[in-house]
Amino acid sequence: MKITKEEVEYVAHLARLDFSEEEKVKFTSQLNDILMYMDKLNEADTAGIEPMSHAIALQNAFREDTVKDSLSHELSLSNAPEARGPFFRVPKVIE
Amino acid sequence: MELHQLTIHELQKLIRSKEVNSSEIVKSVFKRIDAVEGSVHAYITLMKEHAFEEAAKADRCIREGNIRALTGIPVALKDIVCTKGFLTTCGSRILHNFIPPYDATVVDKLKEAGAVFTGKTNMDEFAMGSSTETSYFGITKNPWALDRIPGGSSGGSAAAVAADECIASIGSDTGGSIRQPAALCGVVGMKPTYGRVSRYGLIAFASSLDQIGPFTKDVEDCAIMMNVIAGHDPRESTSVPLDVPDYTAFLSRGIDSFKVGIPKEYFIEGIDPEITEAMRGAMKAIEGLGATCVEISLPHTEYCLAVYYIIAPAEASSNLARYDGVKYGFRADDCKGLLDMYKKTRSAGFGAEVKRRIMIGTYALSSGYYDAYYKKASQVRALIKRDFEEAWKHCDVILTPTTPTPAFKIGEKMDDPLQMYLSDIFTISTNLAGIPGISVPCGFTRQGLPIGAQFLAGHFEEGKLIQIGAAFEKHANAKQRRPNL
Repeated sequence: MKITKEEVEYVAHLARLDFSEEEKVKFTSQLNDILMYMDKLNEADTAGIEPMSHAIALQNAFREDTVKDSLSHELSLSNAPEARGPFFRVPKVIE
Repeated sequence: MELHQLTIHELQKLIRSKEVNSSEIVKSVFKRIDAVEGSVHAYITLMKEHAFEEAAKADRCIREGNIRALTGIPVALKDIVCTKGFLTTCGSRILHNFIPPYDATVVDKLKEAGAVFTGKTNMDEFAMGSSTETSYFGITKNPWALDRIPGGSSGGSAAAVAADECIASIGSDTGGSIRQPAALCGVVGMKPTYGRVSRYGLIAFASSLDQIGPFTKDVEDCAIMMNVIAGHDPRESTSVPLDVPDYTAFLSRGIDSFKVGIPKEYFIEGIDPEITEAMRGAMKAIEGLGATCVEISLPHTEYCLAVYYIIAPAEASSNLARYDGVKYGFRADDCKGLLDMYKKTRSAGFGAEVKRRIMIGTYALSSGYYDAYYKKASQVRALIKRDFEEAWKHCDVILTPTTPTPAFKIGEKMDDPLQMYLSDIFTISTNLAGIPGISVPCGFTRQGLPIGAQFLAGHFEEGKLIQIGAAFEKHANAKQRRPNL
């Protein structure tokens, strides 16, 4: 076993997901299959190889800090599930 | 021939000679949509009213002689690129009501070139899938066989072109999501070099792999679309500030002195024998056109799938953290506090495949597992890229099958994620190495299902792909057949 049901519960919490008991069992088995497949990577000799994060040599893209048009409050809030005044509204955070 | 059946370049000739106008073309395309969309379901949202308005504007431009690269041409957009004022769902419940306040750069560029948008096409949820079956908005059918999948994740864009429900379309490719559906639907699909086309306004899946590209009816149209969408964008820091060649200049160059690499690792057990046969035919055709086929080796090919299914979910788990029910999209009801709202919103808003990948990615990046999975995968990724650098010393382009099998049946692989992942086995290495690839029709199985040939080239060498694709296509002459809808 690569991953237990308890680990699935822990990772789900990190990812802010909830699963039913049935889903947890199914996911534990599927994730195990997938992670077992990943073990294949251990066969590859990577001694001294720099990890690669991007395919193209990238440099920082700098530009002058100039004032440009930006989205209005109204447009920025136009998709909000709940808004009040110029703010996004969420359930109470502090008890 | 009906107008909706024509290519961009064929329609351009008719527009320039004033034989047809954009309104007539758009009318023909929507008539076709009315006739076949019920059985294909290529679109999530149609933009019919908008399209006729834009066609009328295009007609004024045509009358004034102001004809640009795509003036009046109906183009469909994968529902992953943001369109100002038009629903953009990414195939997900969590964005089922999202109306972007801005346009993606690719949308800007197409508008600037005069294109008329027909609608937003169906896709696997957040582009995670190889069959367009994970969309919240229903399944797209393969126009060549309605009981089969069109491929994915850009299945709607591929099916729309194959079924003549648009003239060309835009897709995105993270591990094969343009080339695989192009092959399975019998159309041309190109994934450009990473950084060639701006990703600004493309909803992110795996940011180091995602790239936007076109679906077209032939290679000439692919060159025309690439001329429009390629180029540096100051709003996208990974887009590359290099000059873009005129891709149409490569169409008639021929491949007389080309060396075409055939990677021995790609002709593996498990490939459908009819695909192997088609590949043999393709090699013969290429040699008949004056090129030489040489065997090459990409020794780390066997690791591509494992590397991809760590890196892509890891990046996705981070990119998809933004869907929390606060600023846009779906929010669950009856939440007890903020954490409860996040969990309920994400659990109800994402489908099973997206959750599976978020879980894999979160696990691979979590404390204690990072080195074993993410770091190891990033190291093997460097080796895969090195394989290609070595290969370019021996050949100009590489030829492989685009997919190991033709289009499979709807539902066939939905309960077995690993089997589904294997359908991307020939397309994934391209994204890991950041190189460009094109899938060009390469015949049919005896059952009448399309087969695709994939050509790959070095970074920013899309021109070579246009060159060999055009030469090969002329030879294969696959345009003759049409799906029987």
